[in-house]
Amino acid sequence: MSRVFNLLVLVAFGFVFAGLIGAYDERQILSALAIRYLTEVPEGLGAPNVVTGILISFRGFDTLGEVAVLFMVAASVGTLLGGKEKNAAVSAAPANVGRRPPSELVRNGAEVVLPLIFLFGAYVIMNGHLSAGGGFQGGAVVASGVMLYMLAYPRGGINHDVLSITESLAGVVYVTIGILGIVFAGGFLDSAILPRGEFGTFISAGAIPIISALLGIKVGAELSVIIDRFRS
Amino acid sequence: MGLPISQILLATGFALVLTGFWGILKHRNILRIIIGFSLVDTGLHIVMVATGYITGGTAPIVDEALSIADGAARSVDPIPSALVVTAIVIGFSVTAVMLSFAIVLFQATKTLSIDRLTEQKW
Repeated sequence: MSRVFNLLVLVAFGFVFAGLIGAYDERQILSALAIRYLTEVPEGLGAPNVVTGILISFRGFDTLGEVAVLFMVAASVGTLLGGKEKNAAVSAAPANVGRRPPSELVRNGAEVVLPLIFLFGAYVIMNGHLSAGGGFQGGAVVASGVMLYMLAYPRGGINHDVLSITESLAGVVYVTIGILGIVFAGGFLDSAILPRGEFGTFISAGAIPIISALLGIKVGAELSVIIDRFRS
Repeated sequence: MGLPISQILLATGFALVLTGFWGILKHRNILRIIIGFSLVDTGLHIVMVATGYITGGTAPIVDEALSIADGAARSVDPIPSALVVTAIVIGFSVTAVMLSFAIVLFQATKTLSIDRLTEQKW
């Protein structure tokens, strides 16, 4: 009976979605806001990557809200899962004896691949303003490298204090750069506090690379702490 | 190429959403329900990015393929892509909080099936 009900719900949603897809006309021209962003970011800010320019300077306040959401999630997961650390350490000791160590493939593969993953993550973070990438994307890559480290070395410890301090410092410096934007340039999180530089080079586009790097550090540290809390 | 690209992407996104809904409705294990939620998230992200596609447009990054001059003429809408970056991070955060709730529930009631959870009181 419940299977029939599930099927009915899915078919109903399927009809709604099919109607949406059938009635959708592919867009032919850009909206006025998109045209303004596409011309403003390369010429006004000096950043080739328009999406990163939007995220960090024109919609920078949304990015600040997202940073706040990430911090809140790290705090929630820490509250929900962190308090049991002392009990878990006592009761997990006999359980660990029967567990198999990770296989050779994971261990040896991790030794080869981990430095490459971290390097790639750093590259994606630092190149956010020139080509596809950015702070959030690179931070997620770094956190996936940390997850591989945890899979390959289950006893290996992650220093929570260092990561928490790093992440908090990155957040504070991010807000400080935003306030510097008010003092020295047009407004909060304006990237014009540093010179624009030559278009397409590594050091260009004002403060966007620095903000990108701070976002990457913060996101990488935060996701690593969150993933580490799930380790039993 | 029979169908326009954006309709193929929309169909893929909505198919993922339907798969996620089926997973949420059918399964009794909490972890599989959480995977269903994650699938719904991913499907909706694909739908949102697909609405930004302009016919014949290219990525909104100025390099050898796209000069500054025809940046506004030949590229796709960058705004949905920027919004989806935020949405992906928020989807990850919601999944992380759901999973920690699942772990705490398991430690308290020793079961992962949602059928048991309606009867027991902590």
